[in-house]
Amino acid sequence: MLCTGVAVGVGLFFFWLIGDIFLKGAPGITWEFLWDEPENAGRKGGIAPVLVSTAAILLVTLGTAVPIGFGTAVFLAEFSQGKTTLGRMVRRALDVLASVPSIIFGLFGNAVFSHWMGLGFSILSGGLTLACMVLPILIRTIEAGLRAVPLSTRLSAAALGLSRVAVLRDLIFPAAVPSLAAGLLLGLGRALSETAALIFTSGYVSRMPESLLDSGRSLSVHIYDLAMNVPGGDTHAYASAWVLIVLLFSINGLTALCLDHWGKTRMRGL
Amino acid sequence: MSLARTERMLYAGCRLASICSGLIVLFIGFFLFKESLPLLLKINPMRFLNDPGWHPTEGQFGLFPMFAGSLLITVGAMIVAAPLGIILAVFCRFFAPRKIANAYQALLSVLSGIPSVVFGLWGLVVLAPIIRHVQPPGVSLLAGVLVLAVMILPTIALSANAAMTSVPFEYLQGAAALGFSKWQRVWGVAIPAARPGIVTGMILGAGRAIGETMVVLMVCGNVVQVPDSVFDPVRTLTANIALEMSYALSDHRAALFVSGLMLLFVVMGFVAISESIRAKVIEK
Repeated sequence: MLCTGVAVGVGLFFFWLIGDIFLKGAPGITWEFLWDEPENAGRKGGIAPVLVSTAAILLVTLGTAVPIGFGTAVFLAEFSQGKTTLGRMVRRALDVLASVPSIIFGLFGNAVFSHWMGLGFSILSGGLTLACMVLPILIRTIEAGLRAVPLSTRLSAAALGLSRVAVLRDLIFPAAVPSLAAGLLLGLGRALSETAALIFTSGYVSRMPESLLDSGRSLSVHIYDLAMNVPGGDTHAYASAWVLIVLLFSINGLTALCLDHWGKTRMRGL
Repeated sequence: MSLARTERMLYAGCRLASICSGLIVLFIGFFLFKESLPLLLKINPMRFLNDPGWHPTEGQFGLFPMFAGSLLITVGAMIVAAPLGIILAVFCRFFAPRKIANAYQALLSVLSGIPSVVFGLWGLVVLAPIIRHVQPPGVSLLAGVLVLAVMILPTIALSANAAMTSVPFEYLQGAAALGFSKWQRVWGVAIPAARPGIVTGMILGAGRAIGETMVVLMVCGNVVQVPDSVFDPVRTLTANIALEMSYALSDHRAALFVSGLMLLFVVMGFVAISESIRAKVIEK
């Protein structure tokens, strides 16, 4: 009884929270809102430049994190099997990295990309900071996908005299595609929800960015700024939160589809 | 010949990538330390706790109120979220029909994916005004504790659920054969057997709570003080960094990096504890 009561209570609370965002956000969603520049510090107008900046930051993030993460995952899954010293150390370092709070990434990004490398408050600084942040989840998912390819596939290929490169390219990657996509989407979702690491790396200029070296405000930073610093910005903060949540839910849905498919291919392999 | 060469190149490329990703965490530690060093060399580190106030531009670096704020928020959120999380896991594992349990877990994972800035927005617009009715100003320690508790609840519930699922079925069957009631089986057998997993989940949740920035920045009021009651506004270490980083210069900036370094040490401590629990379980 106690358990059911608590579960119902907490469930209702959650629906209150999600329902609040959806109901208060939905009326603000119009073409103009998605298409226009913000006016009057965001109280009026739309979020077009914010969406463009967000997309640019995410492109920088994935453009940097995917090659490095992919290489690391291949190394951990195919070349080291978790047994070499380097493999063990890298995995350990990634576990620690996964638990570093986002504000610390913000400090790091500010010190390294904005100041030391001289990129200032820019989309590039923000994107690179987020790339460091999403690496662990990206690597973990891709590695799990590569490892899920059955050993028999590798052994048969080796018995047929295929080179390792050919095995990876023609057998393992195709089989692991869904999990690669899932890793990418998980990283994307994580980057999209991040705020604290961006406030002082990519900054909060809400103009349309002209290059990657311009400061750009991400969707999450826009919500924060409207809610905290702009009196009367609530309506547009809710509408922006609505957009953010819908984007995240779509990404999560796609991830679930990928993982589902991955489970099925694995079943067939067995 | 050429095949072996492509293979060597692939190996070298992947090796380089993993060295890069392994080094990031060291770089983070190094740069935080490097930026803090000028101030750490200049003043006695104890002054970060002992100085009477936080006026970094006038040479007073008392971080104690922020430290207390972070600690109180984390402890408070754990007190609210830990029992609820365990009860929810028990509900999903032992009391709910399979379909409802699956749906509930899906709801929890949806919740764990909601960005913290959205929780902050909800706390600021909906929860804080409700608290203001009881006792102004509304943005307070209590608001932060409640919103953070909701935020870490899915983490705790899902890991407690996973830990209870991995309790061997024979334990529960044996207890049932001995005539234990369902309630006794849950509290006397399943939870003690799942304790390491539950504790690990709680430590993960605490690590997330102490490192969380946006929620506390938005709903806690950000006044530098050691609170007298749960209705008083507080400022945490994370919120302090987020508020002042954009304009801080020289010693002020270094002091913020020092607080970041302190935060990093605390979180690393949490990770080390949960790792050692996991290692002990594997040994058994």
